[in-house]
Amino acid sequence: MYLDETFRLKVGLAEMLKGGVIMDVTNAEQAVIAEKAGASAVMALERVPADIRKEGGVARMAPISKIREIMKTVSIPVMAKARIGHFSEARVLEALEVDYIDESEVLTPADEEHHIDKREFKVPFVCGARNLGEALRRIAEGAAMIRTKGEAGSGNIVEAVRHIRTIVKEMKQLTVLGKEELVHEAKKLQAPLELVEWVAANGKLPVPNFSAGGIATPADVALVMQLGAEAVFVGSGIFKSSDPEARAKAIVKAATYYKDPAKLLEASEGLGMGMPGLDISQLSESELLQTRGW
Amino acid sequence: MARKRVGVLALQGDFEAHARALERAGAEAVEVRTAGELDDVDGLVIPGGESSTMLKLLDQEELMEPLREFGRHKPIFGTCAGAILLAREVTNPPQASLGLMDIEVERNAYGRQLASRIARIDAPELDGGELEAVFIRAPIIRRVGSAAHVLAAYRGDPVLVEQGHHMAATFHPELSADSRVHRRFLAKMEKDAVDAGSVCLHR
Repeated sequence: MYLDETFRLKVGLAEMLKGGVIMDVTNAEQAVIAEKAGASAVMALERVPADIRKEGGVARMAPISKIREIMKTVSIPVMAKARIGHFSEARVLEALEVDYIDESEVLTPADEEHHIDKREFKVPFVCGARNLGEALRRIAEGAAMIRTKGEAGSGNIVEAVRHIRTIVKEMKQLTVLGKEELVHEAKKLQAPLELVEWVAANGKLPVPNFSAGGIATPADVALVMQLGAEAVFVGSGIFKSSDPEARAKAIVKAATYYKDPAKLLEASEGLGMGMPGLDISQLSESELLQTRGW
Repeated sequence: MARKRVGVLALQGDFEAHARALERAGAEAVEVRTAGELDDVDGLVIPGGESSTMLKLLDQEELMEPLREFGRHKPIFGTCAGAILLAREVTNPPQASLGLMDIEVERNAYGRQLASRIARIDAPELDGGELEAVFIRAPIIRRVGSAAHVLAAYRGDPVLVEQGHHMAATFHPELSADSRVHRRFLAKMEKDAVDAGSVCLHR
């Protein structure tokens, strides 16, 4: 299953995005800023997560005219978000020929039990996860890239850190277990044994593992990448800051030089104000985006 | 034969996959992100990824000249985005490049991700039959100068080209289990000591 050609091509594009930054954009002007700053892809959406959070209402797939305009304007890959379980939005995005679909908790879920059966699509999917079980369930459904959920639109890195640490720790733990113990773990993780055994043998996910949700500064990027993320998604962090051009460039630099403090210092200087942040503990359960998805 | 130490430009892209492929082919792979790190390697791979992202970083970190200088003396192998960076001319849209190989490359020439594909191609000069070629949002080499030599083609377009000690592929041999393409590149490091003077087409 995991070696068929379609799946290899889906994972292949995710491989090409490693070490880079995927930036949320809502129109062509923002997409140009992102591309000029060195984004390795853009994510088209109607509103950045911070605005979705503020304005409320139902958040859906972005208007097609906006996505089309972004696809026409930039030469880098264009991703777009579909609601969890909304396979019909996903079919529309596939027909539009976007390069990747994010089945995203940032939008209002369309189905409270089922995710999209992503194996049925030719276009690749990325999905969010907070722990290993969730990541492996999404991969079993056909996701070719996993990203931490973090807490989108919060400007607070704490949840992304919690999620990447959890996933990495749970993977490490599997590597020391015996075969019969893995059967039990698969049951606990609610994930297919085949995938649990793969992770135990390799110590990593069978697809690229990126980070998202709350990244606002170059140092945030370096933090999650040192914890094991292979690339980052930045949503509100860029276009809700005081100087999006400078911050976008700095965040790209941080994704390359995440292990080099001198370069990170250069990247962190002269950026103006970051986006206003939220204290996660002050949010009520119903305000959290990360709990969407099952 | 001493194990070759090969750099993989790790600004962005599938540098990790290349490092694994180089190790499988019998070399030692090291990530390169600064000009200083070029001093310690016998050759360099420029991986797949987004050429526009790599170009921004090459510019900003002042790596263009050091890479051109490196290429004058040592072999460079570029795949996909790497091939775009090695080219003399880039279109769709036009962008700067290292100009180390006399080829013209059109970016994203097959289309978007849905046009990505895995093909089996003939590569008569690489012994051992057909070669698997993984194309991902791949470019097409539209023109090959007289100094460059086509090693493999797909649907009439060159996809694997060499010129002196440099090599360019529009596909991703690092995503296949077959090591022949990487081994051919490693062999250039053996030859390198003998014919140091390849043509440089730097603009």
